[in-house]
Amino acid sequence: MRKLLGIIAFLAFAIILFVAAIHLRPFGSPPHTEMDKYFIENAQKEASANNVVTSVVFDYRGFDTLGEATVLFTAVTGVLMALRHYGGGKK
Amino acid sequence: MNSVLVNLPFIIVVILLAIGFYTIGFKRNLIKIIIGIEIVEGAVNMFIVALGYIKGGYAPIYTQAPPEAVENMVLPTPQALTLTSIVIGVAVTALMLAFAVNIYKSYGTLDVNKVRRLRG
Amino acid sequence: MTTTIIRTMTRILSPLILVFGLYIILHGHLTPGGGFQGGAVFASGLALLIVGFERKRVKSLFEKAPLSFIESIGALGFLGIGLIGLATYTFLKNFIANSGFLFGSSTPEGINPGYLNTGGTLSYLNIFVGLKVLAGLTSIVLIFFLILGRERDE
Repeated sequence: MRKLLGIIAFLAFAIILFVAAIHLRPFGSPPHTEMDKYFIENAQKEASANNVVTSVVFDYRGFDTLGEATVLFTAVTGVLMALRHYGGGKK
Repeated sequence: MNSVLVNLPFIIVVILLAIGFYTIGFKRNLIKIIIGIEIVEGAVNMFIVALGYIKGGYAPIYTQAPPEAVENMVLPTPQALTLTSIVIGVAVTALMLAFAVNIYKSYGTLDVNKVRRLRG
Repeated sequence: MTTTIIRTMTRILSPLILVFGLYIILHGHLTPGGGFQGGAVFASGLALLIVGFERKRVKSLFEKAPLSFIESIGALGFLGIGLIGLATYTFLKNFIANSGFLFGSSTPEGINPGYLNTGGTLSYLNIFVGLKVLAGLTSIVLIFFLILGRERDE
């Protein structure tokens, strides 16, 4: 009985997602592109790099990269602390 | 029929989301639930990258590009945000697997219905 | 369990993978790639070295180069470059671009073959983030390998 209710809820959720995916904006023409036009035109003058994606990651949005480096550091510390007893005496 | 198949990448994202949520909700092994979380993460990353595509566009890199690539380049911002999301997914998966090893060493089994009691 | 095929192919393949990872890290401002991608490739090469040799040699290799020290250098370098920018302009400003220091030339506009000397703070941040990701992913693989406690067979 509980399994049947679970399957009905899952099917309703999948059908709602499918109807939403059909009615999204057409693939290949995003509506607002002014910020990315500025990035593409001025990346070689201000950041002096040929790669526009790297200049967005490290120069125009460098604060997000700092947050992500912190998350990686915290996760590695958590893994090494959770498996402390089984390591055989190695950090 | 033509207007449904234009959004084909978004339909594939929905199929992957459905497979991932089915695996999280209806399986009993702990490792299979972790694999389901991984599948949902992959679907969300693919959705973010597919949002920034311009039809007939080139990669946003100026090094030795073909001459007609300067005018129509793909949007670079979704690619930058997906990079961060992938690395965070790897870190969270490593932490989940470390906890699964600890649960197995403490309870002796990986069945979700049997690891319910808190043990001191 | 390592056989002769795995040992021979590890000796041939692992220097190529490590050099390819360093190339992706250093050319992050010219070709697709950068700090995170190059760090992941380098960590794959080190994971191949961990799996292919026996436990005693792996332990002696990682006693010489402690991984937590390399990761701390990467994190502190990232913060240091940001704080040097805070002294005069804003946090994480690109103050090396179009000036005369190492990695400080200016890029000609339009399509050009890439010049390695350009990049500004991008090149320094690529190297520091590459060190951090390398050390993090390799230490995760190493701790999961040491749990098994299995000696090398045959």
